[in-house]
Amino acid sequence: MSTYLDDPRVVEFDVRTDEMLVNMGPQHPSTHGVLRLVLRTDGEIVSQTEPHLGYLHRCAEKIGENLTPRQWIPYTDRMDYLAAMNMNLGWSLCVEKLLGYQLPEKARHLRVIICEMGRIASHLVGMGAYGLDLGTFSPFLYAFREREKILDLFEEACGARLTYSYLTPGGVTADLPRGWIQKCEDFLTQFEPIIQEYHALLTTNSIFVKRTANIGILSPEMAIDYGCTGPVLRGSGIDYDLRRDGEERYTEMYDGYAFEVIVQKNGHYPKDHDYPAVPKEAVLGDCWHRFYVRMLEVVQSIDIVRQAFVKYSQSTGDWGTPIKLATKLPKGDAYLETEAPRGQMGFYIVSDGSTIPWRVRARSSCFCNLSVTHELCKGCLIADVPAIVGSLDIVMGEIDR
Amino acid sequence: MSGSNLIERLKKKFGEKITNTNLTAIDPWIEVAPDALVDVCQHLKTDPDGKFEMLNCITGIDWFEPDPKKAAKAGFEPHTEVVYHLSSITKKHSLVIKVQLPRWKNDQPGHLPEVPTVSGIWSTANWHEREVFDLNGINFVGHPDLRRILCPEDWVGYGLRRDYEMPLEYHGMRGR
Repeated sequence: MSTYLDDPRVVEFDVRTDEMLVNMGPQHPSTHGVLRLVLRTDGEIVSQTEPHLGYLHRCAEKIGENLTPRQWIPYTDRMDYLAAMNMNLGWSLCVEKLLGYQLPEKARHLRVIICEMGRIASHLVGMGAYGLDLGTFSPFLYAFREREKILDLFEEACGARLTYSYLTPGGVTADLPRGWIQKCEDFLTQFEPIIQEYHALLTTNSIFVKRTANIGILSPEMAIDYGCTGPVLRGSGIDYDLRRDGEERYTEMYDGYAFEVIVQKNGHYPKDHDYPAVPKEAVLGDCWHRFYVRMLEVVQSIDIVRQAFVKYSQSTGDWGTPIKLATKLPKGDAYLETEAPRGQMGFYIVSDGSTIPWRVRARSSCFCNLSVTHELCKGCLIADVPAIVGSLDIVMGEIDR
Repeated sequence: MSGSNLIERLKKKFGEKITNTNLTAIDPWIEVAPDALVDVCQHLKTDPDGKFEMLNCITGIDWFEPDPKKAAKAGFEPHTEVVYHLSSITKKHSLVIKVQLPRWKNDQPGHLPEVPTVSGIWSTANWHEREVFDLNGINFVGHPDLRRILCPEDWVGYGLRRDYEMPLEYHGMRGR
């Protein structure tokens, strides 16, 4: 039976929308952990986004006030569980800064190898999971296929696949096993050509470009104002990377290494002739650029690891001696930020002169990156919310600590 | 940090409001009176020599020793400290600002100590201050939306205070 709508008011009633509160999460797959987003929507349009945190809060800072610095290392693992090696590094450097400990050269190169491999492994999840957010499953499988190989290497080095506790204040817990570097080199040789596959799968995929380009635009001023860091900041065109611009204690690790900070300069990325060009729909600071920065950073990390192999094998000395479990800490405080895959991860230690820190603080990069969500989601479609939140590459363990 | 030059000019401009400085510490810091905090921060952000456009971190520290035996040996009077870590992307330097507060306002237990908000200067302070309020119990006066961020809204007490005790029970769940 057909319906006739003669009265225009009936039609108007039919299409009118009401404001609605929509809960996304806490267990929504696109929220990368336990994040709850409360959206105020008018039809398909999102007018307000309010992130609710704390579902994973494990009181890591309070626990740090009851443990010695070396005992707290496993807790740093559990913050960013996708790049635990880089978390170990941040805390180790912070404690070493307070102690005034100088690391042997060999240990520094070893840390570079491990942390850059960690960055590759982390960006692979960032890339794969982002594809999943946008409804494509294959990149997720492909990314994990390669990530598993890195985890195999990590397992051989320290015996663990997720929470390593490998880098500790004073050095590393053990030297790399014999033949490890050759295996790692073999992996890089095999992995490098595969990156082009990822570009074909996502970067140049027209659906992917439509879903990410010109969406969630973060201006450079806003990025700095909200304390956004890492690929999120560089995706907005700010040329800032702590591996080059950070504190001496951290940058000395990368002394003598040739690498480029991935950021768009005058409309061009470095070496972008080797990689897919920026699509014309993309605007600086949008989801696509944040993704692209991560993809190109993987290539830079491969270069750095290769350089580190040479420097590591040429350097003399040992791989560092972990500090004693209950080393007495000098009175004072020290703050240090490192360039973790998700942004600048800062650790702050305050000591009153005993073996246990008086106060331990973790400044997480994703916490600041996420705080800008409400600005990015203003006026977007509901389907764009996972695209925007995914482009920030958040890990809730780091935000809630 | 751009050396003592910036600090000297800061001291000249704000006089007694800069209550203490330590440029030889691992991370050089200045201590500011709470009522001058916003002005000092605004100056540091806009000053061409400072250009501290990034607020990295806000930390609340509770200087209180709950054990009376240890308290006698502790080398400090009970107080709360708020620490601000600033850095500059353009100048590539950093500075630490410390603010001393009483543990409780007017020494009345339960009344939160007050410090003005800097969320009008750096938007990132909004969430950082909410976290410090949630865990350390510090009231940021003028904050647009000061409520708990990590703990549930009906949580009692401030977890990062030294005399905090875990509740025995929360909504039917055993705490200890």
